[in-house]
Amino acid sequence: MVDVPYEGIPGIPPAEVPDVELYHPRSWWTRYVFSQDAKVIAIQYSLTATAIGLVALVLSWLMRLQLGFPGTFSFIDANQYLQFITMHGMIMVIYLLTALFLGGFGNYLIPLMVGARDMVFPYVNMLSYWIYLLAVLVLASTFFVPGGPTGAGWTLYPPQAILSGTPGQDWGILLMLASLILFIIGFTMGGLNYVVTVLQARTRGMTLMRLPLTVWGIFTATVMALLAFPALFVASVMLLFDRLLGTSFFMPALLEMGALSKHGGGSPLLFQHLFWFFGHPEVYIVALPAFGIVSDLISTHARKNIFGYRMMVWAIVAIGALSFIVWAHHMYVSGMFPQFGYFFATTTLIIAIPTAIKVYNWVLTLWRGDIHLTVPMLFALGFIVTFVNGGLTGLFLGNVVVDVPLSDTMFVVAHFHMVMGVAPIMVVLGAIYHWYPKVTGRMLNEAMGKFHFWVTFLGAYLIFFPMHYLGLLGVPRRYFELLDTTFIPSSAHSLNAFISVVALIVGFSQMVFLFNLVWSLFKGEASGGNPWRATTLEWQTPETPPAHGNWGKELPVVYRWAYDYSVPGAAEDFIPQNQPPRATQLVQGAAS
Amino acid sequence: MSAIILFLAVLAVIAGWWLSQQRLTAKPWLEEGPAGDFPGGDAITWPAAKIGLGVFLAVASALFVLFISAYSMRMSVADWRPLPVPRLLWVNTGVLVLSSVALQWSYVAARRHDTEGVMIGLLVGGASAVIFLAGQLLAWQRLGAAGYFVASNPANSFFYLLTAVHGLHLTGGLVALGRTSAKMWRGAEIADMRLSVELCAIYWHFLLLVWLVLLGLLTGWTDDFVDICRQLLS
Repeated sequence: MVDVPYEGIPGIPPAEVPDVELYHPRSWWTRYVFSQDAKVIAIQYSLTATAIGLVALVLSWLMRLQLGFPGTFSFIDANQYLQFITMHGMIMVIYLLTALFLGGFGNYLIPLMVGARDMVFPYVNMLSYWIYLLAVLVLASTFFVPGGPTGAGWTLYPPQAILSGTPGQDWGILLMLASLILFIIGFTMGGLNYVVTVLQARTRGMTLMRLPLTVWGIFTATVMALLAFPALFVASVMLLFDRLLGTSFFMPALLEMGALSKHGGGSPLLFQHLFWFFGHPEVYIVALPAFGIVSDLISTHARKNIFGYRMMVWAIVAIGALSFIVWAHHMYVSGMFPQFGYFFATTTLIIAIPTAIKVYNWVLTLWRGDIHLTVPMLFALGFIVTFVNGGLTGLFLGNVVVDVPLSDTMFVVAHFHMVMGVAPIMVVLGAIYHWYPKVTGRMLNEAMGKFHFWVTFLGAYLIFFPMHYLGLLGVPRRYFELLDTTFIPSSAHSLNAFISVVALIVGFSQMVFLFNLVWSLFKGEASGGNPWRATTLEWQTPETPPAHGNWGKELPVVYRWAYDYSVPGAAEDFIPQNQPPRATQLVQGAAS
Repeated sequence: MSAIILFLAVLAVIAGWWLSQQRLTAKPWLEEGPAGDFPGGDAITWPAAKIGLGVFLAVASALFVLFISAYSMRMSVADWRPLPVPRLLWVNTGVLVLSSVALQWSYVAARRHDTEGVMIGLLVGGASAVIFLAGQLLAWQRLGAAGYFVASNPANSFFYLLTAVHGLHLTGGLVALGRTSAKMWRGAEIADMRLSVELCAIYWHFLLLVWLVLLGLLTGWTDDFVDICRQLLS
């Protein structure tokens, strides 16, 4: 650690902010439970998301048990299987990944990285968490209501989502829609905070082009989420009307249980348009924070400035904009006007350009870097490989003619889990290993971390690589059991069993990670304020973990971009963003 | 979905214009030193609440435009029977305009440091907003009495849905307006309240604009306009 005496430059008074701006907690309750401190809210978000995520993990085990060993487990029936699929998908995509990246990392990192004392609307931020918690509880309650959770699939397509015959038709679907509506309201409250904090509360000298890419990723993703989630809101409200009030927004005339239903004339396709207008940006709402975080991990742990910073920023913005005009590539087989498909295939393939730019820049950042194979770096590398793999199969599925035969097979499951499941989770895990010292003041155990990485990384490939092959064979997705389907060879069944065994092992290995989180909290090596010798502001706080208000008396002033690693002539291989130029020169003079 | 795409295009132009002022072509790795040495790129100096409201209005607009997108898509199905819009809606519209004008007046009074004027404006604005909401409920009742139920036709469903969503947004606004009025009542400094009054006025103008668009849609006034747009696109 370099301890340059921080005195500022003559003529630039330190940015002092009167204390009154900040809300001060007065009791244990307002400090740790109903806290308005973004850091506490971030931890609350992360723990809640992890808890419900573990439920989704167990659901995936149950599905794999059924798929690997059909007929063996009498406690899983076809209805339950559909319920497991639905809940697993919905929890993982929305309640885990979205909440963790934006509510967890966004809350913790944005104020610290832009040099603010807190989010701009702390009270609204607190409400955001409690509404999110309520949404999670409503969702979890569906496991205990009569009929259980909905089994409509995580896309909740009408008409089948609200018809009798679909499990959870009584309460499951109602509570699911209510939970989604709550989630969106809660998220909008948080999202306003993240956006306005980045726009308005940056400390002096923190220009947009000096922001770490993590903040760029989270900021752009939040803007996208604020505009995309209303589509899910609209779809949920209208579906709720169809289910509760008997309207026909989405419901066509049909026979339900042998009788003509009360609905008529509605358009299921309309729901799909609305759903995917949210659903596709959602992919990038999860991916962009991951892109940003992984850029910072790679730069820090390769001790090298990020290659092509400007291009990275432009690519993030371009991906954000483009992702709003590709949604119908999820609907090639929906029965929409076929020629639309070619327009959406084109826009889909165009997104590959900014995405590929990012991948090249990560690789070029690594090129001739001083790569430290720390646990966060391993996860970052794991992310790049996985994201490239998942992205390549995305090129397959983005084309109409290839998508049509593959659409209903395991190939889609494999693609989707590689690019949106494993890849972002790699970043989440890497980011936790990276920032845990800042949150707790202690390092996570490295041996357990490396074990966790290798089992997770290799395991994920053993699970999802063979699944592509199953998909090419024609093994359908969403099926409870395959029985004796003639075109599926018996080898496919043994492959399924193999995948299931690996999935259980990888799942249990996450317990090592959870144990590590708890063990290191008490027994971990003390980390100091800046264990990775990183440049960004969150590592320069006067205290670790950062106190309420983050910066003590004076806000930091920023003099440089976020990636001054291995600057030629500098005494240390990193220069913090808040180090004034003159101080650097002094150190340089002393060194030479 | 063309309405929402058009809306997002407009937002993209605004965002693009703003980003173009932020020196995104700067080479930050060459720009060491205090920010003042380099033009542009400082944090926005507007109050956070005002930016927050701006962002929220963008989100709320997206919500309404998405409802409108769904409306126009569902409208093209054969079972659509437009419902006769109750005359009462025109009265309600007048009341909402009055509400908006009163809040604008309140804001102007706040700029002149005229406490009494602010109070009157807030009370008239709030009261007429409540009357508007009551009028909307009455319109629902009359439609129901005439046999136009929420589920009997998609046009009816959309009518109830859109007016409900608009009404809920107005109710949320009334909470903020109530807090502002309560603070004024307890004798807060007018200089401290100016921003709150201004934000209430902006939000009211926004909801008035949304209501006029929805009214045009529900009465079918905009049908010709939509047809022209459709012909231009195809």
